[in-house]
Amino acid sequence: MKIKFNMSRLGESRWYEYVVRFIFGGCITAVAGLIAKHYGPVVGGLFLAFPAIFPATATLIEKHEKEKKKEQGKDGTIRARMAVGLDAIGTSIGAIALAVFAIIIWRELPHSSLPAVLISAMLVWMVTAWMGWMLWQVLRRRGRVLRQKQSKQACRSSLHIGPSTDRRMQ
Amino acid sequence: MRVVAGGIVVSLFAILGDLLKPKTFAGLFGAAPSVALATLVLTVMKEGKEYASLEARSMIVGAIAFFLYALVVSQLLLRKKWPVLPVTTFSIAVWFICSFGVYYAAMELGG
Repeated sequence: MKIKFNMSRLGESRWYEYVVRFIFGGCITAVAGLIAKHYGPVVGGLFLAFPAIFPATATLIEKHEKEKKKEQGKDGTIRARMAVGLDAIGTSIGAIALAVFAIIIWRELPHSSLPAVLISAMLVWMVTAWMGWMLWQVLRRRGRVLRQKQSKQACRSSLHIGPSTDRRMQ
Repeated sequence: MRVVAGGIVVSLFAILGDLLKPKTFAGLFGAAPSVALATLVLTVMKEGKEYASLEARSMIVGAIAFFLYALVVSQLLLRKKWPVLPVTTFSIAVWFICSFGVYYAAMELGG
């Protein structure tokens, strides 16, 4: 599956949707800072990977998918849920890359400069996320081929059983 | 300062995710280190590198909990086809249980 950039999508979102994301992002950053101040860096650090923005983003994806189907005169409820489900699969792969990002910051930050560590951790996040996504694509394709083979075999064996049972009955 | 920095970084990654196709690839940006980038720069400036490094160590656990959360959400939506808002909101309990479970287990083991 090819990766595409679709600039027209910018026009689909309304201004208040960007405001909602800005507020959510700003709030969770501030809350993470406050938690670290009160309970220390060990508890505060957990919240650097808190899925705060995900429910808001998921709701927006659902809304856009439903609107698209509504324009065609169809109910897009199930399609919208599937779209968010697929987005969540990508997010789970991204979360593995996020753990790798955190490992690099943890190990390298005390000995190296902040910009160098942040840039290298960000690059590693991108590469890990992209490779994870490619691996998932390959596994999904293999799974699909395997399922097709199994269903073909099941079909063939049922055809084979047919005449033999007839013979037995005779 | 934190609110503005966090808001800008989170919005930028969210817009990037909006522009990309297919959906699964765009979803990667849902777990981009946006909050971490905004927070770590300010933390290093204020508290120093050792403090930020400790935060990053805990972030590993948070990210694993995030992985489990996203996995639960995807399975509930793709297999059960449950409504989006309750699934994404109530599944955050998975994140809390996993992160604080590991945190308390580490505390117990560490004495």
